[in-house]
Amino acid sequence: MTITEIREEAVAELPRLKAEPRLAAADLACGYDERSVLKELNLQIPEESFTVIIGPNACGKSTLLRSLARLIRPAAGEVLLDGDAISSIPTKQLARTIGLLPQTSLAPEGITVADLVSRGRHPHQSLLRRWGREDEAAVRHALEVTGTTELATRAVDALSGGQRQRAWIAMTLAQQTPIMLLDEPTTYLDIAHQIEVLELCTQLQREGRTLVAVLHDLNQALRYATHLVAMREGQIIAQGHPEEIGTAELVREVFGIDSLVIGDPETGRPLVIPRAPAA
Amino acid sequence: MSIDTTPQLFGPGSRTLRRGAFSLRIQRRSLIVTFLLLIAALTVGWWNLISGSAMLGASEALAALLGTADEGTSRVILEWRAPRVVFTLLGGAALALAGAVFQSQTRNPLGSPDIIGFSTGAYTGALVVAVLGLSGLWATPIGAILGGIVTGAAVYLLAWKRGVSGMRIILVGIGVSIFLSSLNTYLVTTLRLEAAMAVATWGAGSVNDITWSHVLPLLGIGAVALPVMLANARNMQLMEMGDDAASGLGIHLERTRLIQFFCGIVLVAVVTAAAGPIAFIALVAPQLALRLTGAAAGSSHTGQLIPSAAMGALLLTLSDSLARAPMIPVSLPVGVITLILGGAYLVWLLMSMGRTSRKGA
Repeated sequence: MTITEIREEAVAELPRLKAEPRLAAADLACGYDERSVLKELNLQIPEESFTVIIGPNACGKSTLLRSLARLIRPAAGEVLLDGDAISSIPTKQLARTIGLLPQTSLAPEGITVADLVSRGRHPHQSLLRRWGREDEAAVRHALEVTGTTELATRAVDALSGGQRQRAWIAMTLAQQTPIMLLDEPTTYLDIAHQIEVLELCTQLQREGRTLVAVLHDLNQALRYATHLVAMREGQIIAQGHPEEIGTAELVREVFGIDSLVIGDPETGRPLVIPRAPAA
Repeated sequence: MSIDTTPQLFGPGSRTLRRGAFSLRIQRRSLIVTFLLLIAALTVGWWNLISGSAMLGASEALAALLGTADEGTSRVILEWRAPRVVFTLLGGAALALAGAVFQSQTRNPLGSPDIIGFSTGAYTGALVVAVLGLSGLWATPIGAILGGIVTGAAVYLLAWKRGVSGMRIILVGIGVSIFLSSLNTYLVTTLRLEAAMAVATWGAGSVNDITWSHVLPLLGIGAVALPVMLANARNMQLMEMGDDAASGLGIHLERTRLIQFFCGIVLVAVVTAAAGPIAFIALVAPQLALRLTGAAAGSSHTGQLIPSAAMGALLLTLSDSLARAPMIPVSLPVGVITLILGGAYLVWLLMSMGRTSRKGA
């Protein structure tokens, strides 16, 4: 074993140094028409975390994610990337840092998986550079990571729901952004495909990406998140590691139901079981 | 130039060209189809040039083009027939380009400028000019272009609701189109008989009276609009994946939409100004081109626009050949031919759209 190899091994064993949060919301307020959805919200997305936002319907969780992705212009406050307001960053440059898996997306008729995934390379391409070697390498890598290489020449509209979602995640991956935002990535998927997508998210996070997702399933959020953000009525009620904040009190405060929180026998994470109504 | 093939990623017809900082992925099928369509359009155009009441030989036509023919032949070829042939080639391409852009932006094969009222609006513009009694070479074209732009702006603004969605544009456009049709009928009744007759001929969509003075504005505007549309084609194509996905990839949605809509409207208006509303080329050509090039065309961003333009050129020249075919005693307006062919296509389209939506439900 050479000295360099020993040193590399030693470095690999060190707990990874987490950098300063890059993405943050400062006094963010959003509203549709007269109704305000987010109220002076402050949030820092921890680097290299899998941050999951939960909360009841219409609590503003989707609005928060869409604001982070600059799909919604805030009424007040700012979303900051490395301290700069994202509204001041050129769109294409921003798209090289923050990727988005939208909740609703349309695959153009007959488009193949490889074509869809290659569209994720747009922020890296220019008038001259339409399809460089880096583009091809990124697409191949994205297909491989999501296990869609075999589907590359298949039409997206002929795939199953789970395969289709993996193809879209591959599209976002091909964008090669350090930060990925996922708006309800498991909606409309059956349980097997939900787990598949969430395992993939965990894998991506362990490889060093920062992921932010909106999830509906509380227990899945508790199981997979490294950082949980609980929202209600446009405000953040609590945030932290699921094992620290995943309590029956939180469930009551956020969702207004009584529940029993036990340790998940499989992972040890909190598992929420709603109580039966008293007879 | 290095060419490597990547069959496992993009299918066997894909080629990647790279040289220095330049790289491009192309689809062989798309290239071949475009080339064949162009050859076909030029062949039909050439046939239209030499055929007619005075049937001329290829050698005479060639002599006229080279400037060595006698005065009579020269006049027939260069002043009567050539402008018409060039106009049908360019005008067909312009209408198809506009159609391709509108269908892509509305994400709907029905989103064509003749369905959503821009041709009707251009006709209204021309009628207003006639009612006001304005005359001169440029009065009708300018009236039609203004009518088209005003209609486009009206549809865009009426459909606006925190951004513009495709289906809203189509529905609002159909509504505006119906309103303008009745306005047009009213305007025609207020005209004197001769003026009404002249406007009615024009309103059927005819290239019979096309001269070089009609071709030049089309050529000029096309030369500006085409590069702009091509430059925005990639953004437009990514917007077909939904507004959110396109935003996430760093696309300015409203800017792209506005530029492509404006170019499309101006192209339709300049054709309409010269020849009247020629129906259905914009609706049919992009869809036919898409069927021929296959979905693979979507992978190169000029894949939709260029083949559509070639198909439009072919369709309009072919319709013109039919309109002036010897077995038809009177020279029909070309708009009548496109209306018959396009009407049949529209019925088929609506039936097949109904089927797929049932399948999807």
